[in-house]
Parts: sequence; C-alpha cells; structure tokens
Amino acid sequence: MDFPILSAVTFTPLAGAILILLVKMLTGAQTRPDGSEDERVMYAGLMFSVGTFAISIFMFFSYDLNGTGYQLIEQVDWFSGIQYKMGVDGMSLLLILLTTLLTPIALIASIGSIKHRLTEYVVSFLVLETFMIGVFCALDLVVFYVFFEAGLIPMFIIIGVWGGVDRIYASFKFFLYTLLGSLFMLAAVVYMYLTAGTSDVVQLEQFEFAKSAQTWLWLAFFASFAVKLPMWPVHTWLPDAHVQAPTAGSVILAGILLKMGGYGFLRFSLPMFPDASVLFQPFVFTISVIAIVYASLVAWRQTDMKKLIAYSSVAHMGFVTLGIFSFTEIGVQGAVFQMLSHGLISGALFLIVGVVYDRMHTREISAYGGLVHRMPIYATLFMLFTMANVGLPGTSGFVGEILTMVGAFQANTWAAAGAALGVIFSAVYMLTLYRRTVFGQITNPDLESIEDVNIKEMICIIPLAFGTILLGILPNLIFDITRESSLHALAQMAGG
Amino acid sequence: MFDIEAILNAIAPELLLAAAGLLGVTIGALFGDRFNASSFKLGAGILFVSAALAAFYWDGGRAFDGLVETSSFANFAKVVSFASAGIALLMAEGFLRRHDTMRYEYSLLMIFAALGMGVILSSSNFMTLYLGVEMLSLSSYVLASFHRDSPRSAEAGLKYFVLGALASGLLLYGISLVYGFAGGTSYEAVADAEASLGFMFGMVLMITGLAFKVSAAPMHVWTPDVYEGAPSPVVAFFATAPKMASMVVFAIIMFTAFPQAIAFENWQLIVGIIAAASMLVGAFGALPQANLKRLLGYSSIANMGYALVAVAAGVQYGVGALLIFMTAYVIASLGLFGGVLSMRREGGMVENIDELAGLIRRQPGLATALTVLLVSVSGFPLAFGFLGKLAVLEAGWNAGLMPLIIILIISSVIAMYYYLRIVKIMWFDEQAEDFEPVDGWVTATVYLSAIASVLLLIFVSPFSELAANTAASLIS
Repeated sequence: MDFPILSAVTFTPLAGAILILLVKMLTGAQTRPDGSEDERVMYAGLMFSVGTFAISIFMFFSYDLNGTGYQLIEQVDWFSGIQYKMGVDGMSLLLILLTTLLTPIALIASIGSIKHRLTEYVVSFLVLETFMIGVFCALDLVVFYVFFEAGLIPMFIIIGVWGGVDRIYASFKFFLYTLLGSLFMLAAVVYMYLTAGTSDVVQLEQFEFAKSAQTWLWLAFFASFAVKLPMWPVHTWLPDAHVQAPTAGSVILAGILLKMGGYGFLRFSLPMFPDASVLFQPFVFTISVIAIVYASLVAWRQTDMKKLIAYSSVAHMGFVTLGIFSFTEIGVQGAVFQMLSHGLISGALFLIVGVVYDRMHTREISAYGGLVHRMPIYATLFMLFTMANVGLPGTSGFVGEILTMVGAFQANTWAAAGAALGVIFSAVYMLTLYRRTVFGQITNPDLESIEDVNIKEMICIIPLAFGTILLGILPNLIFDITRESSLHALAQMAGG
Repeated sequence: MFDIEAILNAIAPELLLAAAGLLGVTIGALFGDRFNASSFKLGAGILFVSAALAAFYWDGGRAFDGLVETSSFANFAKVVSFASAGIALLMAEGFLRRHDTMRYEYSLLMIFAALGMGVILSSSNFMTLYLGVEMLSLSSYVLASFHRDSPRSAEAGLKYFVLGALASGLLLYGISLVYGFAGGTSYEAVADAEASLGFMFGMVLMITGLAFKVSAAPMHVWTPDVYEGAPSPVVAFFATAPKMASMVVFAIIMFTAFPQAIAFENWQLIVGIIAAASMLVGAFGALPQANLKRLLGYSSIANMGYALVAVAAGVQYGVGALLIFMTAYVIASLGLFGGVLSMRREGGMVENIDELAGLIRRQPGLATALTVLLVSVSGFPLAFGFLGKLAVLEAGWNAGLMPLIIILIISSVIAMYYYLRIVKIMWFDEQAEDFEPVDGWVTATVYLSAIASVLLLIFVSPFSELAANTAASLIS
C-alpha cells in the first residue's frame, strides 16, 4: 500500500495536539500567577500546522491533475460494511489546501492577541483542522458525518472561551443550530446505508434512489448544509458566532466551515439525488436571491464591522448556491471558485478588522475614520479586499460572481437579475464601510497614535492578497483542476 | 439426575455468585468488622470472574426443565453487567471509607444484586424471573439507603422501596393474568398461547412493571430522587449494571414470550409510546437541573428511551442495536459517575454542576475525560456513544418507526444542550476551588472509560460483529 498521504494530512494536526497536551501534562502546569502562559506553545502549534501545510503541498503534487475520478484512495474496514475511506478530487484537493493555508494564518494572527489559556487554544485549533480536512477527504458517508459533526466541539470551545461578551449565547446557538440540521442528515445517512447497502460515496453516486425517497433525503441533507452554509432564513447563528468569535475563529469559520455546506451540495445532493435537486431548483433559487438581496441590505445597516462582513458572507454564499443549482458547468465551476475565493477574501477581511480591533478594542464603525492618515499600508490592503469583496475585475471575487451569475442566467433570468442587484448592494455596503473607517478626518483622539500593520499581520494578510490577485488574473489555474469534479457533480443530472 | 454440564452452561456465573454470597455472609458473621476491608476487592474479583464465566459459557444452555435458559444475548448482558458492577464496587471502597460506612454488607449486597441480574437474564419462566427481580430489587433498596444516618439516603431507599414494591406487584399481577390465560408460566407456553384480551391485559401490566425497572417514563418518577439521595457509588451501580440487565431482560421477554402477531403489534405500540415519553421527559426534565446526579438521572431516562426504540424495533432488527447502545451507555455512565465521585471538597461531596466550574484549568485531564464521556453519552460523533445511537437509528429505520426517529432527533438536540452546559461550565467559567484527590480506582475508571469510549469508536469492528452474531443466533 502506498504511503497514506491523506491520512497523514488529516491527522498530523491531531497528533500535534495530543503531543502538546502530553508535554504540557508531563512538564506540569506552566501557567504563571497572572494567568498568562508560555508563548512557545503557540509556536509549537504553528509548527504542526505549517508542517501540515507542507504535507498538503506534497499531497498536491502526488495528485495526478490529468487523472479522473477520486485519487489517493485509502480504504480500511471500519465496521459492518462501513469503511474508513479517504480520497480526493480536484475540488476537495483545493479546499484542503485552503484549510491547511488558513489554519497557520489564523494561528499567527492569534500570537499576541490571545493572552490566556494558550494551550487549550492551540489544541482546539489543531483538532479543528483535523476535522475540517477530514470532511473534505472522506469518501464514506458515515466517516464524512463524523468529521462534519466533530468540528462543532472545538469551534464551540473557541467561541465560548476566547470570544466576546456574549460568547456563551453565540457558542450555544452555533452548536445547537448546526446539530439540529445535522441530525436530520444522520437519519438520511442511515436510510441510504440501509437502502443501498453501502455508505461508500462512489457506489452511492451510482445507486438510483426512488424519486419519492430522493425528495426526503434531499431535504434532510439540505437541512444540514443550508444551516452550515448558511442560507436564508437559517443564517441567524452566523452573525452572532462571527461577532463573538476571536479573529482567528472568524477566519476559520468564514474561510472553511461555511464551505462545507457548498461542498456537501456538490458532493452529495447533486450526484445522489439528481431528480430531487431539479425539483427543488426554483426553491433554492428563490431563497438564494432573497439571501443575496436581504443580507446585502442588512449588511448596509450594520454598525459593527464584523457583523457587516458576516452578512456579506451570507450574501456571497447565496452566489454559491445559485451557481450550484444552475446545473450548468459554468455555474458549478463558478460556485467552486467562489468558495475558494471567498475563503481568501473573507478570511482576510476578518484579519483586517482584527488588526484595528487589537489596537482599539472596538468594532464599532463610528469609532473609526481617517485611518488612512495613520495607517497607509493598512488602508491599501483594506482597499484591495474591499474591492475583491465587491467583485472588481482583476480580483478573484469578480470571477466567482460573474460565473455563477452566467450559470444562473442560463437557468433562470430572474434569478440572475436578482443576484446582480446583490452585486450593486455589495459595492454600496463595502464602500460605505471603507469610507467611514479609512477616509475622512480623524475624529476619535485615540486614533492619533494608532500604529500601522506590523510584520506579523503582514505575514498573515499578504499571502491572501497574493492569492486573491493571482486567482483574479489567472482563474484557469483553478478551473483546470476543478473541471473534472464539476462535471462529475453534474454527470447524474445530464443522465437523469 | 442433574445434568451438571447443562447447568454449568446455563448458570455457571450465578452458581459462583450464590456460593460466594452465602460464604460471604458466613465469613461476615464469624469475623465481623475484620472482613470489611478485604470484602470489597474480593467481591469485585468475584464479579469479574463471573463476567469471565459468562463469557466462557458464551453459547449458554437450558437447565432445570426449562426454568432457566441462557442465550448468548443474555450472556452478553451478563458480561457487561457483572463487570460494571465490579467496577462500581471498586469505586465504592474509598467513598465508603471516608464516610465511615465501609462495611462488608455492601459487597455482599452487590453480589446478591448481581445474582439477581444473572437470574433474570437466564430465566425462561416467569417464576424464575420474579425471583430474580425481587433479589435484585431488595438488594437495591438496601443499597440505596446504605447511609442509614443520612436522611437523604433513607428517603431515597424508602421511595425506591415503596414505588418498587408497587411495580413488582404490577409485574406479578401481570404474570398471574398471563398465566391464567396461557395456562403456563414458561416463556414458551406463553408464546404458544392465543393472544386474547385478558392475555393482553397481563402483558401490559408486565410492561408497566418492567418499565419501572428500567426507569422509563411514565414510570420514571423515582429515578431523579433516588439518584440524588442515594450514596454516589450506589448510583454509579444503579445507572449501569441493573439498567443493562433489565433492558436486555425487557427485550428477551418481549421477543420470546410475546411474539404473536397481535401481541407484537400491541407491545410495539406501547413500548414505542414509552420510548417517546422517556426521550422527551429525559430531555426536558434535565434542563432545569442544578444537581449533577439528578441531571444524570434524567439523562439515563432519556437514554433508556433510546434503548427502547431498539426494543420496539423487534427481534429482527433491535437486538444488535440494543447491545451496542447499552454497552456504550454503560461505559460512559461508569466514567461520568467516576466524575461525580471525584467531586470532593473539604471532606464532603459536592454535587452541583457549578462546582465543576473551570475544571479544565485545575484538572485538565479529568475535564477532558469528562468531556469525552459527555460527548459519548450524548451520542455525538467522536465517541462510542455515536455508534450506539447510529445502531438505534438503523433499527428504527428498518422497523419503519418514523415518529420515534423524529422524536429521537429532537430530544437528542435538546439533550445536547444540557450536556453542553456541563462542558461550558468546565471549560468557560471562572475556576472554583480545587477538588481533593480521590482514590485511584475512581480516577482510573474515569480515564479508562473515556479512553475506551474513543478506542471503541475506532476499533468497533470485532465488537459489532459479536453483537451481530448474537442477534443472528437469537433470530434462528
């Protein structure tokens, strides 16, 4: 058997977490009297997540870009016909890379800004990374479900321990909302396993479920993915979770956890329930357009920077569902691209908010203004990501939005028109945010002495900026890799 | 004459327990208090050997003209019940020593209770069943009030006794009705009988009595009070071994004594309703609880509801699911009560959930282990409990019990809230004072059950095969 590279990527962070805990236990508690902790644990965690990134690069090169189907497959029996099966295609390959890239960035961003309970912090992030990668690798429904759900616990702890004032409420809301959706999926998973006699994703794609069953199964999966994505009207946990989570938590939440919903639609809903997907297309279109327009308008009225970006995420995820359910190659390609691009952009935006939050300890937009006079580099970076979020050509945000809209246009003109409205709104709220925080005169005296971005923050943001522009200029880098899996997701549709 | 081999096949562990129990009484009478210290480890040893014997005579057999008949299903339950009773006994020693109530009677009562469990699991006749039920119950009543100087413990014992006696009465009345209409008390004779209306009456009364024993709603009201009042190690026992044994006996009786189509339809409906009620009562009842033992009491009611879904699924689908679910529940519960036993401060036990505040800072190992156990008992992925719930869901789907599946999902989410509340208190809140160190058995139980919960999730294959084979042997 070949070297199990996917398991290595998946479980390296977990191994790191266990090692850190063991070292901590063996050397005794190192908490100082004032509650602070040795920062070296942060670097140890960082080392493991960077190591994971390195392994994932290696994984990328082991993957045959010209091959077809799932690759790097690992298979071990688990119990009663359920297998621990891992494998990737182009789409999951890139999502794994996004995960392994964002986790070290999130950890670097936390150095200095997180001051207490560092060990638990690092361990939570590493454990979370394992589960996130596992979600994208799993090729067995039950294994997928385990990873999908398991990620809730570390995120619950991250929000609940290191979050803002209302962190307890936000963490419970996040957890229970997602859990309710997921349990319906679990019931569906059990049904599929019993009906098809297997929980292997590859075999389930070939299995044709009866049309009536498909409707229910689709709804059960939808309950889970719609909450995760999140779609209107089950998005209300997201603004709370984002606002209360620490910066790094928001980065991971927006960057990766939200993508699991879109990934789920493409990996399971479309190939396994093609008839039901067609049946529900108008429904998904409707709520996607509502999400785009409504969330954009809500974002416009926000006074809290993080909440604004959170609502903008809801709107951008609306484009993803629009693209996926257009059932066109271009739409699906656009959706995958939009997921990756949004991972970079929203992650960067949360980092950017985190930069000023660390200095001023407020996220109120009205507390800022005139930052450009004191923080020119910051203003430049902020401008770049504002434009990317608006969808300016030359940035990755543009490519995703235009393709999903073209796809949606082919399926339903009105949906595309509604989505276009959202693009305009996104310019309104993002530019308003930018103008009110960065331009104008400094009115808040505390801002007089604010310092520009430091090296640590640059290290976090620059790679994302680079990625955003690179993908904006050369989107084919992504499309060549994801084409195969996009077509694969649609293969059953064409046949049905 | 007696066929020794058949007898050994059927009830070898019970013979050992009975002999050890009677011998223990004699030794206790001769040596008095000098026997106190050694009785605990000896008793636990005997319980472990009984578990091993049950595993050794795995296929079971039939003896005493069909008064007892043991299947591998029963032996599975015996192994788990005896072993968990042994662990509960080991955990009790340090607790009782601190409370100055370390007396050999405790070990003997545990052994007799285990004997009762063995007898009900092996019985294939309602007379044998009733003897076993009474032996288990009477030992349990005394154990609940073992701290005789404590009003709470005495209250728990009294409540348990009064309500338990009522339930035994209902059970006995049901047996007599069934006997009257079936013309026999053996499971076989009952299974062959025509399911007339009076017969159904008897069956329903029996279900009522059995539901009390597994603390299923609406016969659950004793559970939170007894859990709160009885000494913690006794509750650790109540929540594990007798639950496993009673639940499996419940299933055996339903599957083997009432397989007639009309009877099945009726008891499936009743068990389904009881299951739904238990899941909801367990989920909502636990929400306002501040006392950890009470909360775990409600949690066990909810979990019995999940197990009853597997029973309601019938013999064809439910057996394997029941075994996996109950084993996962027992493992997690042992660890959680180990956690309860670890909550000792300034000489006394503390039981409020808030006392766990900030445990992660003071005892990260204990807090992590308890988190894993809570995750397991809640049926969330990441621990063995998930596979238990998966199996139950599978059984429910197979049997077409849609309403129960929906209630199971909803009550799981509600239950998750109170498990999460404990996690939140341990991880998020400002730390309270340190706990005093407790003896090694308790700590070892917490850690080992947490590790077992995780490892069994990964290496479940042999275990699930065993459960599947057991199920298969029962159907044929």
